[in-house]
Amino acid sequence: MKLLSLLVIVVTTLSINPIVKAEETAVTNVNPGGLATIRGAAPLEETREAERLKRVIKDKNPIARNYVHQPPVVPHQTRGYRVDKNSNKCLSCHSWKHAAETGATKISLTHFETRDGKTLSDVSPRRYFCSQCHVTQADAAPLVENTFEPVESLGNE
Amino acid sequence: MLKNMWTFLKSPSSAAMWFILAIGFAGGIIFWGGFNTALEVTNTEEFCIGCHEMQDNVYEEYRETIHYANRSGVRATCPDCHVPKKWTDKIVRKIAASKEVWGKLTGLIDTREEFVDHRRSMAEREWKRMKDNDSLECRNCHNFEYMDFSEQGNRSVKMHSDALASGEKTCIDCHKGIAHELPDMKGVENW
Repeated sequence: MKLLSLLVIVVTTLSINPIVKAEETAVTNVNPGGLATIRGAAPLEETREAERLKRVIKDKNPIARNYVHQPPVVPHQTRGYRVDKNSNKCLSCHSWKHAAETGATKISLTHFETRDGKTLSDVSPRRYFCSQCHVTQADAAPLVENTFEPVESLGNE
Repeated sequence: MLKNMWTFLKSPSSAAMWFILAIGFAGGIIFWGGFNTALEVTNTEEFCIGCHEMQDNVYEEYRETIHYANRSGVRATCPDCHVPKKWTDKIVRKIAASKEVWGKLTGLIDTREEFVDHRRSMAEREWKRMKDNDSLECRNCHNFEYMDFSEQGNRSVKMHSDALASGEKTCIDCHKGIAHELPDMKGVENW
């Protein structure tokens, strides 16, 4: 019995050690081949230093769209703008009711349609959460090079 | 005997008169100072969030907003927005706030659910108060005369130079829910 347990210990230490060593070498010799996730090529047990926060554009005129049916991006700060079942801060300017007074862009009538194509008398619940599609713009360079050309018809240079 | 007593009372020695006056004066200072000190104690954030109703609900919500943390490090605490600075207005507000003490004693808002149920009526009361006093507490710090429109965003310039400048609207008309979450805004003007 004693011999058996000794054997088990010896076998396990022998079998674990090489694996640990292999992992260590794999981490140091990792070759991402030019690829990296947003998290970067950091080993699992390490925490990378966080990226610096980007500055959100303070307040600009509408930014032209790049392709047909692109949700227009948000050219202003939206800190503290709550959109929940009690209130929708975006709609307090962008709704049809308030847009004329505030000078904001009216939301498209497509937002009144349900997924079955029925038009409701107010914003459809599926289009209620503005920031799901409309993104506040920050002063951030593209993470990867991008050769996309905006369509000409939508007014980009 | 009675007559003697009467003359004694009618003509106190001048020393006694000064003594009484001095006591009254000193007592007045102590009482008035004590009263004002106690009043100021109730005008601190620590006092406000001494109750769980405030600490767990409105204070937690306020901690995420710009009046709590911002780039310039200026903070507006509870009394800055909810208690007028002028003494007479402050006393009026403090007396009105005794209703809140009653609410605390009777356990009106013991749970988050009860708080949410009461949020609309409490918010409406505060909106009305600020509408009536032309957003006095906002203007303790945010003075329209001191605003530099060239430093404001397009949207702010439009609104401030138009509706606010003409006196047609006051701060709270647009800036609702800037320090706490909003209740159900159904039927509220401009929402």
